[in-house]
Amino acid sequence: MDGAFILAHVPDYLSGAWVTLRFGLYGVACSLALGLLCCLVRSFRVPVLRQIAGGYIELARNTPLLVQLFFLYAGLPRVGIKFSAEACAVIGLTFLGGAYMAEAFRSGLESVDKSQTEAGACIGLTRAQNIRYVVFPQALATAVPALFANVIFLIKETSVFSVLAMMDLMNVADTLRTSGGHTVEVLFMLAAAYLMILLPVSLLATLAERRLRYAGFGDRHSV
Amino acid sequence: MGEAILRVRDIHKSFDGTGVLRGVSMEIREGEVVVIVGPSGCGKSTLLRCINGLETIDRGEIFLRGEKISGRRKDLHLVRQRIGMVFQSYDLFPHMKVMDNLLLGPTKALGRPRAEVEKEALEMLERVGLREKACALPRTLSGGQKQRVALVRAMLMRPEILLLDEITAALDPEMVSEVLNVVIDLARGGMTMAIVTHEMRFAEAVADRVLFLEEGVVLEEGTPEEFFHAPKTERARHFLQSFTYASKRDKVEIQPKNNAGD
Repeated sequence: MDGAFILAHVPDYLSGAWVTLRFGLYGVACSLALGLLCCLVRSFRVPVLRQIAGGYIELARNTPLLVQLFFLYAGLPRVGIKFSAEACAVIGLTFLGGAYMAEAFRSGLESVDKSQTEAGACIGLTRAQNIRYVVFPQALATAVPALFANVIFLIKETSVFSVLAMMDLMNVADTLRTSGGHTVEVLFMLAAAYLMILLPVSLLATLAERRLRYAGFGDRHSV
Repeated sequence: MGEAILRVRDIHKSFDGTGVLRGVSMEIREGEVVVIVGPSGCGKSTLLRCINGLETIDRGEIFLRGEKISGRRKDLHLVRQRIGMVFQSYDLFPHMKVMDNLLLGPTKALGRPRAEVEKEALEMLERVGLREKACALPRTLSGGQKQRVALVRAMLMRPEILLLDEITAALDPEMVSEVLNVVIDLARGGMTMAIVTHEMRFAEAVADRVLFLEEGVVLEEGTPEEFFHAPKTERARHFLQSFTYASKRDKVEIQPKNNAGD
């Protein structure tokens, strides 16, 4: 292993990591918003929108991100809609992630017993208040592990951004590797960089899960 | 006793073609405690659930202080703010401390100031012997404690009528009385209530009037003295008998009653 090579290219990886992290987080944030929206549209049974959300979720989950990005970056300009590479990256990741987040939220909502909604209704809460104060906090607690799994999944999926010519970690490594040897060092640093980004996220997920397990609950299943 | 708070007129309700309520009418006056008894599946719980709109009725009408509350309506939550209900399974919100469970309805649904409700909540917790549990999470409470909190939660909405649906059915026997004593306390305070219960001695103690429901109709109605000591119908007699046991030391033969030659 060539230590000098590694040290010399740390700045390249840092800038790649920054691109990966930044656009990954933009995508994650938008995915959470879109997923929540889809989930609410479905659980409130909003006509038309509900069917659209259902169709979108199936489409997004059953096509690869790579194909979705090609469609955005190379397909849409043919019909006169053109986005920058960065916009394509965020839109693509959101398109994929929104569907997964919607399913995670849905599993959370479905885990909340119907009697909780009835109890909320019986103290005169409106449907929206009932969702906000009674159902959603419990649903979120159940959904947290799935939501974190999605975050990690989406950040890893950013490695596809290199097809948009964005200088993310994957593209930085690929460029270094093809421009002259040091394959082992290049790949070693690539794996290490992803680990350094994702390990803290995994750790956070574990902590959040543990906190939620201890923070109440256990009442729901007792009758 | 005052004017009729609740009037139920000829309501019908079926689930998947099975008639659960088949023409039930009743009236509850201000300050009155009506206990509804009957065998399981007779429609008692469904009756309570129809009153506050947890189930829609197929036919009939329900009035709260003369105002029709049954049928499709967008402001059902406003009706429910006036009707308290407590269930068998307590249904406290597990992610909230006791105090937050109590404050949610009055502050969010009624928009009352938090400090004022908190003071009232503490007083009521004190009354049911749970003041020191204000900051506890529901899962740390016993069943009897949870149910007392659920009663306080319903009462803090200052309902015009309180519906209690078998509130001690899930409790261990030694916890039943701590909950029912709270209910008796409320009844003494003049709270109007409709109570579904299987605790016959409690029913007798708390009721102003008893309704006996069977197969979705009111079969008998009367004062607790009449109903428990001189039931008019054979069905009611039979139902009440199911709560008593013959002693093994009695010489009366129970088994071969229908046999010839006995």
